[in-house]
Amino acid sequence: MEITTLHYLVVAAALFIIGTIGVLTRRNVVIILMSIELILNAVNLNLVAFSRLYGLHGQVFSIFVITDAAAEAAVGLGILIAFFRNKETINADEIDLLKF
Amino acid sequence: MNPVATPFFFYALAAVAVLSAIAVIMRRNPVHSAIALIFTLLSLAGLYLMLYAPFVAGVQIILYVGGIVVLFLFVIMLINIDRMEREYQFNKQWLVGLLAAAVLGTLFVAVYVKGQAIFPQHAVRFPEQLNTQQVGKMLYVDYLLPFEIASLLLLVAIVGAVVMAKKRI
Amino acid sequence: MSDFLNYLSSNVTPGQAGAYLWVTIYILIIFAVASVAVMAMTWLERKILAHMQVRLGPMRVGPHGLLQPIADAVKLLIKEDIIPEGADKLVFWMAPVVVVITAFTTYIVIPFGPTHAVTDMNIGILFMLGVASLGTLGIIMAGWASNSHYPLLGSLRSSAQMVSYEVAMGMAVVSAVLMTSLTGAGAYGIGATAATSLGTLSMIGIVEAQMNQHVWFIFKFFPLGFAAFGIFAIAMVAETNRAPFDLPEAESELTAGFHTEYSGFRWSLFFMAEYAAMIAVASIAVTLWLGGWLRPFPHWLSGDPWGTAFSFFPALTFFVLAGMSFRATIRMPKHPYFKIQKTGLGIFGLVLGAIGLVLLVPPVRDRIQDIYWFTIKVAAFMYLYIWYRGTFPRYRFDQLMKLGWKFMIPAGIGVLILTALVGVL
Repeated sequence: MEITTLHYLVVAAALFIIGTIGVLTRRNVVIILMSIELILNAVNLNLVAFSRLYGLHGQVFSIFVITDAAAEAAVGLGILIAFFRNKETINADEIDLLKF
Repeated sequence: MNPVATPFFFYALAAVAVLSAIAVIMRRNPVHSAIALIFTLLSLAGLYLMLYAPFVAGVQIILYVGGIVVLFLFVIMLINIDRMEREYQFNKQWLVGLLAAAVLGTLFVAVYVKGQAIFPQHAVRFPEQLNTQQVGKMLYVDYLLPFEIASLLLLVAIVGAVVMAKKRI
Repeated sequence: MSDFLNYLSSNVTPGQAGAYLWVTIYILIIFAVASVAVMAMTWLERKILAHMQVRLGPMRVGPHGLLQPIADAVKLLIKEDIIPEGADKLVFWMAPVVVVITAFTTYIVIPFGPTHAVTDMNIGILFMLGVASLGTLGIIMAGWASNSHYPLLGSLRSSAQMVSYEVAMGMAVVSAVLMTSLTGAGAYGIGATAATSLGTLSMIGIVEAQMNQHVWFIFKFFPLGFAAFGIFAIAMVAETNRAPFDLPEAESELTAGFHTEYSGFRWSLFFMAEYAAMIAVASIAVTLWLGGWLRPFPHWLSGDPWGTAFSFFPALTFFVLAGMSFRATIRMPKHPYFKIQKTGLGIFGLVLGAIGLVLLVPPVRDRIQDIYWFTIKVAAFMYLYIWYRGTFPRYRFDQLMKLGWKFMIPAGIGVLILTALVGVL
């Protein structure tokens, strides 16, 4: 069976749904951040799959998405470390105070 | 060059990607999740190669696997607490989360089933050996402003991450 | 079968020609030769270090210690395989596997000749840098899985060092790739005649650009090519965790760092991966700056007498090596205990001489040229690595990181900007 664009879109949708489940249900903040990376990768796969049909703009945009994901992961992990230093926990539902 | 055994490689890579993604969100130990994330990202790089995007595949390997996952592993090791592995892994609203994801899934299915007629069925033929050169040209001619803004964004992210992780500002 | 033999008359790499059986054969040959090279490197390192330190090195195992690598391999294979208690078994098993796989996967794109690579990717150099950065993950996994604080600290330090020097390597590589598209129209144009001005990331394309521009990139735009080469040469030593940047894994610090808890065959996998990575980054340096498979002066000293004179070099090298073996045979002590070693070394010398004679035959001479020049340049780099280890004192970790971030990266960016400026003037 020939592999059409729809196959790639289905894989991207599956990754997106798995990433969303990870963000909504896990307690560990590091794993929430990793699920966000899964979501961004699903979007990238969509972009690159469509770029095969419509021109190279999709690939260029996916490079920007990867760059932004790197920046966001760095800042998010920095925030996590700063928080961990104050409260010794990385469970998302224990991070519930506005001031220590 | 003619592609070889495309359905086999596609199904293998897609299976590895989806199964590793499930392992990312289900494992108790964050280091295992990070290693499963590595497998997902590498199989996605393979899928990009199959979509005739070698430059994006190379960038994915260098930046995502060689940079972001290394960052994740550093942070996991620095703040690893053993007692956290023995607590509950899923929070209290897991059922609502699953329902929301199921709704999202049906939305995707509806869009793909109804919209299948819109996708053009033939692919644009790019000359294969010039992908990097064409992407580079497009980055510097059509997308110059986003390129510069991305570099500024990275500068802000570097400064922000250093300031956040310092002990005393 | 005729398809199989058809490939021999084509002029592209087997990956591009789609000849999958030849791809497999090339991969097996490269894997075998790389493993033999790693074993030879262990012997060479001990002997050369010893001679630099005015001692003799291993002399007992074979004649002049030539069978030492085999003895080391046997010793490592029969050692007990210890897994520390509380170590994460899956990750502990996976770490050396990841490091070895990434070290050997980079060999796919190394160009030993214009058609002697396994394949020629459009993103050749990007692929090599990316896969080399995957090795860092293996080291982090090794340190974490050992469940002990010395390996954890060692692996964090080692991977921090590798990540820092990757950026410097990337800057140097980008400035060399930039030179592929600047066809000498600037102030230092040295007789460039090629019409192409489209740069390329493919390894074979970079060497062909050097061939078309009649200049090795180390000499192009004179101080700039050399400065970029210098930055890469220092960063590659730091990237592979070798002296003088080997604090995370030195024996007297941190009790051998991230591979403390690994014993026997697993440790030898780390060792093999380190030497294989050394050869891989040395071949990046040779391809990008030293002209890959090109012989010295292919255009100034071109034409028939010079061509045939240079084509005798491979045979000459083997004759020199055979001569050294015979000299060592003659100088061995005249005691009956040394009879076996004497005959062994004599036979080794005869084998080397026979290979030299085979390399004198004209058809072999023509085909072996590219591979020989590439190998000789990479071998010079290996000697440099061992020379650094015997000469320089070790950098302390904060000095190392300061050098990487505060000197190498600004210098790399500066060289890149200056190369671009000089190239478009």
